[in-house]
Amino acid sequence: MYKHILLAADGSENALRAAKEAIKIASCNKEAVIEVIYVADFEKAKSEVLHSTSSEALNLERRQKISKIEQLLRESNISYKVKILHGTPGPEIVKYANEQQVELVVIGSRGLNGLQEMVLGSVSHKVMKRVNCPALIVK
Amino acid sequence: MQSLKQQWFGNVRGDILSGIVVALALIPEAIAFSIIAGVDPMVGLYASFTMAIIIAFAGGRPGMISAATGAMALVMVPLVRDYGLQYLFAATILTGIIQILFGVLKIAKLMKFIPNAVMIGFVNSLAILIFMAQVPHFIGISTMTYIFVGITLLLVYTLPRFIKAIPAPLIAIVVLTSIAIYSGVDLRTIGDLGSITQSLPSFLIPDVPFNFETLKIIFPFSISLAIVGLVESLLTSQIVDDMTGTESNKNREARGQGIANIVTGFFGGMAGCAMIGQSVINVKSGGRGRLSTLIAGLFLIFLIMVLGDLVVKIPMPVLVGIMIMVSVGTFDWSSFKYLVKAPRTDVIVMLTTVVIVVWTHDLSKGVITGVILSAIFFVVKIATVKIHQDNNRFIVEGQLFFASTDAFVDYFKSADIKDSSIQIDFSNSRIWDDSAVGALVKVEDLLREKGIQVEVIELDAPSKKIISKLQGMSSSH
Repeated sequence: MYKHILLAADGSENALRAAKEAIKIASCNKEAVIEVIYVADFEKAKSEVLHSTSSEALNLERRQKISKIEQLLRESNISYKVKILHGTPGPEIVKYANEQQVELVVIGSRGLNGLQEMVLGSVSHKVMKRVNCPALIVK
Repeated sequence: MQSLKQQWFGNVRGDILSGIVVALALIPEAIAFSIIAGVDPMVGLYASFTMAIIIAFAGGRPGMISAATGAMALVMVPLVRDYGLQYLFAATILTGIIQILFGVLKIAKLMKFIPNAVMIGFVNSLAILIFMAQVPHFIGISTMTYIFVGITLLLVYTLPRFIKAIPAPLIAIVVLTSIAIYSGVDLRTIGDLGSITQSLPSFLIPDVPFNFETLKIIFPFSISLAIVGLVESLLTSQIVDDMTGTESNKNREARGQGIANIVTGFFGGMAGCAMIGQSVINVKSGGRGRLSTLIAGLFLIFLIMVLGDLVVKIPMPVLVGIMIMVSVGTFDWSSFKYLVKAPRTDVIVMLTTVVIVVWTHDLSKGVITGVILSAIFFVVKIATVKIHQDNNRFIVEGQLFFASTDAFVDYFKSADIKDSSIQIDFSNSRIWDDSAVGALVKVEDLLREKGIQVEVIELDAPSKKIISKLQGMSSSH
């Protein structure tokens, strides 16, 4: 079964459901590692820096967005890593997944972005089209 | 931090491409900011060229773009209007000298003391002023002016959905300038407001009398420019730090800005600083290293030398449309949520900063007022001391220092104490300074006069230390 699973998270409910599915898959293999990645969006960089007191505070804020997922992973005894990337979410996830040659990408069907919900999660769509490994999109 | 070689040549392809994109995006802004400052477009273009080149070498944040900016242009308006261009060059050089001093004195560290509320106020008022500066160029001129502004806005906001490689403002300029020229519509152009010289900038010494009188004129402007330039540069460097997930040298950046401004002043440019918008464009376009900033400067001057004749034909309404986009992009739109969610005092600081800037047209005055106001709010906030009674024990809550001693003393003055001996519990408090020690002594004396025994308990180590230091000779009980 899959050993290196990438879980793309953005703090949304969908991402949490995706995490649960990723855990199910990872449970099949004792050596499996889930790598949780969170992409700090370039578009929001200015506003996030303006509204945070320091880079440490901003980092904490981002970590908090995936804290629920981390908790789930700890409870399920799955080994995991957390990585915060910077860029445009879709392409950045694809780039990272391909560079690291992960075996499976798990992602929620829709993220937090209200506007893009209408176009059915453009990030998951992009990821699905461009990663070199199987992708699991969780509803 | 990366090695110097890495900072220059770690990302050659990405840096060259992004540098070209930035140069293209810089031209309209450099021209528009010159018009805001009331100088010839060449002054802003030369400034953008020299700033970018020097910062590429001397800056502390690889990948950040510095050039002529709106924030700086707004500050220099009265200087240019009342004293002329030569005084602006002199002020630019002095700005650089002040910034180098700030860098040497490690002022960049003080940036930590500028609260978010002031920073948010800074970008918002900058956006408002850039927008206001456009108004005279499109309100009540002609119907065709409105139409061109409208089409420009339409293009700059829709094109990026389809064309990502070329900056939309540039496409809008090329398309609409061609349409304007061939259709012969009557529109004001950049040429009506100034001229373009197709040559490299040359060394000059500002033609001003070198005396105390001149210094008196330029010094207030230079101080304002130095502060505004560093605030925007250091904010920009934080944004670039975050986007690239790397760190930068803030003091080196302050020094670099100073060197760049000195050179800029001697080469006929206006004072500049780092640009949030352009730096974001650079990083998004793949720029990471110093090379990207250098290429941006070089390609900019190349374009001016080649295309100078065409630049003067750009219709003003197109430039106005682009600047409206710039002001919308500068504004922090999450401020509206901030107004509702942030602590009331932060909101007051933010709004005060905006009001002061819009009123004085000087961003430095807004920043200084905002910092002072938030410092006062901070003192008031931590100066609240509460005391509650638990039998004969009086528990002090809050920090005891010069601003909070009154409340402490007043409480014991008016308290109706029946016990013959009481304890004052400092487990949730700390004695900070001589005022606090004095207040404690005063309260002890006061109570002793009423015949009440006082025991001070639960002092932490720093409080004990300051008490024994200040009160060494007399033990209170």
